[in-house]
Amino acid sequence: MSLAPQAMTGGFADAPVQSARAFRAALDALSRPGRIVAVEGVQPPAPLSVAAGVLLLTLADGTTPVHLAGAFDCAVLRDWITFHCGAPLVGSDAATFAVGDWSALHPVGRFAIGRADYPDRSATLIVELDHLTAAGARLTGPGIADVAHLSLPDIAAFQHNRALFPLGFDTFLTCGDRLAGLPRSTRVEAV
Amino acid sequence: MEDYNFAYLDEQTKRMIRRAILKGVAVPGYQVPFASREMPMPYGWGTGGVQVTAACLVPEDVLKVIDQGADDTTNAVSIRKFFSRTAGVAVTEATTDATVIQTRHRIPETPLQEGQILVYQVPIPEPLRFLEPRETETRKMHELEEYGLMHVKLYEDIARHGQIATSYAYPVKVEGRYVMDPSPIPKFDNPKLSGSAALQLFGAGREQRIYAVPPYTQVVSLDFDDHPFVASKADHDCDLCGAGASYLDEVIIDDAGGRMFVCSDTDFCAGRRAAGHVGRLGEAA
Repeated sequence: MSLAPQAMTGGFADAPVQSARAFRAALDALSRPGRIVAVEGVQPPAPLSVAAGVLLLTLADGTTPVHLAGAFDCAVLRDWITFHCGAPLVGSDAATFAVGDWSALHPVGRFAIGRADYPDRSATLIVELDHLTAAGARLTGPGIADVAHLSLPDIAAFQHNRALFPLGFDTFLTCGDRLAGLPRSTRVEAV
Repeated sequence: MEDYNFAYLDEQTKRMIRRAILKGVAVPGYQVPFASREMPMPYGWGTGGVQVTAACLVPEDVLKVIDQGADDTTNAVSIRKFFSRTAGVAVTEATTDATVIQTRHRIPETPLQEGQILVYQVPIPEPLRFLEPRETETRKMHELEEYGLMHVKLYEDIARHGQIATSYAYPVKVEGRYVMDPSPIPKFDNPKLSGSAALQLFGAGREQRIYAVPPYTQVVSLDFDDHPFVASKADHDCDLCGAGASYLDEVIIDDAGGRMFVCSDTDFCAGRRAAGHVGRLGEAA
């Protein structure tokens, strides 16, 4: 098999340090829902955003199956993830990480929500958005001092996910080189 | 240091720990299993905390390590030196200057800020373990939110001693769901767990568990309506700095019954003395 040249480039130049900074940004985002952070260090092939690429290279490896949804399930991205992460590419039900735009990821009920005795065995969705701003849906819960706002692609799906707590999937929202976190613990309301 | 990867651990291990930390943050108080590695220190010396710290550190961090509140004890000094060498990070003893604080059994007196991460070293992460030794059973109890046994234990304290005698590792409930062991911090520190501006991460190396309390998360110490939780401390002021509201260590100073009480948080005490506060046995700076 032959790989496209762009499948083999665009990774971290200094993985230990760059992935450490990327993880701190992701940790900051997930532990403070509504906060939008910028990340850098990778240049993934289209249609994957820089932020989604950074998350995959920081968190995914041979032990974490990845699902590519919709238009993201293309040869160059499959090759890029295989080359840089070594992650198995799988269907939605077996995925630890799932990447795509919201319409392709929907219905999100097909992703793992963990088990009652092991709620950590759940999927993490990386949702690619056209715009990501600290406005829109009203967020409350752990990590939020008072109220936060975030431009979510959906309300009902995240409300249903919260109702499953402590089960449920966790979400990163990505747009360009910026990302925000939405753990299952966050309560979402339309404004 | 050229001989080791940044922050000692290999990248595969750090990814695994980072995924566990993120799941821990998403389910506050739930103990996420992780494949704890052997570290160049014995179990019981903070191998869990060290692995969590290693997975979180960036080169720009300023690290503080405390052992029972003190910056200058063996455990704190050796871990600080370890990360100074393997991650090249700056180190400090000042709580306010630190971005990451690894702690054994205390929460600093100085309130933590946004952007700080507090990493706890945890010996036994399972709060129900001394009541029910079987992991299969305690897991089922967490699953079913069946925490009656813990209340029986606290009740037996009252029946036997007239009050809840548990004074450290006092069980808490996080966001109304999981009962959590806050590590063996004195119960004096329990109120600081709740609504903290800092992210709190817990690592248990031997027991292979990571858990988390995100910022601004509700943490309630278990109690009864007629025996409410009391954050107790020794009924003295610090003999060095005169502080009346900090957690105190009792120090025997001679063989004739002489003793003194000093702040367990050395940075807090030194800061107060530098600001001119003087206690019963202190000398003016």
